[in-house]
Amino acid sequence: MELKRLTISSLHRRIAYGEIKAADVCRAALDRIERLTELNAFITVIAEDAIARAEKIDRAVEQGKQLPPLAGAVIAVKDNMVMRGVRTTAGSRILFNYKPPYTATAVERLQAAGAVIVGKTNLDEFAMGSSTENSAYGPVKNPWDTTRVPGGSSGGSAVAVAAGMAMGALGSDTGGSVRQPASLSGVVGLKPTYGRVSRYGLIAFGSSLDQIGPFANSVEDVARILSVIAGRDLNDSTSSEVAVDDYVSALAGEVRGLRVGVPREYYGTGLDAEVNEKIETAIKKLEGLGAEIIDISLPHTEYAVPVYYLIATAEASSNLARYDGVRFGFRAEEAATLKAMYSRTREQGFGAEVKRRIMLGTYALSAGYYDQYYGKAQKVRTLIERDFRDAFARCDVIATPTSPTPAFKLGEKTDDPLEMYLSDIYTITANLAGVPGLSLPCGLSSSGLPIGIQLIGKQFDEARLLRAAHNLEQVLGFDATPPTARDI
Amino acid sequence: MPITKTDVEKIAELGRLELTSQETELFTEQLSSIIGHIEKLNEIDTTTVPPMSHCAPSGGDMEYAKRDDRVRPSLGQKVAVENAPDAEAGYFKVPRVIGG
Repeated sequence: MELKRLTISSLHRRIAYGEIKAADVCRAALDRIERLTELNAFITVIAEDAIARAEKIDRAVEQGKQLPPLAGAVIAVKDNMVMRGVRTTAGSRILFNYKPPYTATAVERLQAAGAVIVGKTNLDEFAMGSSTENSAYGPVKNPWDTTRVPGGSSGGSAVAVAAGMAMGALGSDTGGSVRQPASLSGVVGLKPTYGRVSRYGLIAFGSSLDQIGPFANSVEDVARILSVIAGRDLNDSTSSEVAVDDYVSALAGEVRGLRVGVPREYYGTGLDAEVNEKIETAIKKLEGLGAEIIDISLPHTEYAVPVYYLIATAEASSNLARYDGVRFGFRAEEAATLKAMYSRTREQGFGAEVKRRIMLGTYALSAGYYDQYYGKAQKVRTLIERDFRDAFARCDVIATPTSPTPAFKLGEKTDDPLEMYLSDIYTITANLAGVPGLSLPCGLSSSGLPIGIQLIGKQFDEARLLRAAHNLEQVLGFDATPPTARDI
Repeated sequence: MPITKTDVEKIAELGRLELTSQETELFTEQLSSIIGHIEKLNEIDTTTVPPMSHCAPSGGDMEYAKRDDRVRPSLGQKVAVENAPDAEAGYFKVPRVIGG
């Protein structure tokens, strides 16, 4: 059975008509996960529970019951979202044995909708990274070329979908951690509007930026997953009360008259020529569908990386204070005093990138530097948000590259944190402004690596964003399969 | 402004990280380079710009999210300590606090 060719909607129909058994689909996914362990996409596989849930769907079919919207859909979940009783590591040694007593709202909603969760996917430790090399459980490999990174931090989720180990996946996106790996791994990935999906049970990184988002092989499947996970949750006071649209029905419309903004700041130095060419071709196709292409400016773009790396690290340094060896996870053994136990536990439990960010964030918040760094970053963030507000007065969606280059080599950027940070240059602005962004595969480079186009929408305008992406997807006709996934 | 080794040691203390001497060296160099990039923000005059602390989901002005102050069921003592590296009789156990 080929999961790459099976959409969530077609699966629903085939399961309902008894043409296919949910348990067989689930076993096919588990089998593929086992055969592709070299990609290191999963930290924990939940085989028994997954099969039990799939069999329950099959029994419901036999009893003639109405099936929930994601019945039998095989979904992978990034290992920074908690599931009751299932080890959740956040890619860190400091949570090597943590078994959460509760389940994240987004995961609970997937399960209630009949989804079969097959496992917890690998990630950069605490979602801090752009390559999934910062995991205490080893790096994830790109299925298009296993000497390259899949992007990050949700690399495991992106690869699970790209290589047919799951039909969809959840990731989290603080600065591009869904969209950038989607681009580098050749799948669709959406970061919804800040507050569209509950963050309850998502292990916090940068609380004013974090958002859970879906991966899938098509825009329609992304829309189906979003429809289930979106909406107000009393356990997350930042989840929005704005009504959830019917994202699947919204796909049906056309894009004639849609105003597509092209921000000139996103097409400058550092953008790979092949990426540029593919994005331009995709924009021309949108124009061919009747969209109006408008030249726009987001003048504060060049300040986004420094603003992001102050705000995200400041919030992280505070959020990660809870890992102290007292209530859960790892504790260093040999410390005689409480303070020494804290410092030694954190020294041994965190990896290099996490420590670096705690250091930077602590510095940005420390007495004497607060106004100069953190305060300054918050003000420039206002300017970046205003850029988007001004731009959206003139256009409906914005089209940019997702990442300046296709997938880079494993180890290529690990020695230079600043270089790694700059690979998020096109994605972090959407987090700072709280607007939704989606990455859609738009072709392969000459060396066979996927390239993604990013579409950014207005706050809570996911319906229009998904419709634009769906229309573009149809004319692009991207349906390549990664070589690693082809051989088996 | 370059970051010194002393700065790094002080920040590590604040962040409760017992860094190795190699890490202190490495972070001194890397944080200086990152802060150097961040100094770019000083190019912009922000005297009249208000700070943005979170994305107001309505797109409107900032407002604090509130909920009703109502007691709801919680984990309970037994479950709450289940993940603790060391616990006794429903309490978390830690090394000595005073006199270290």
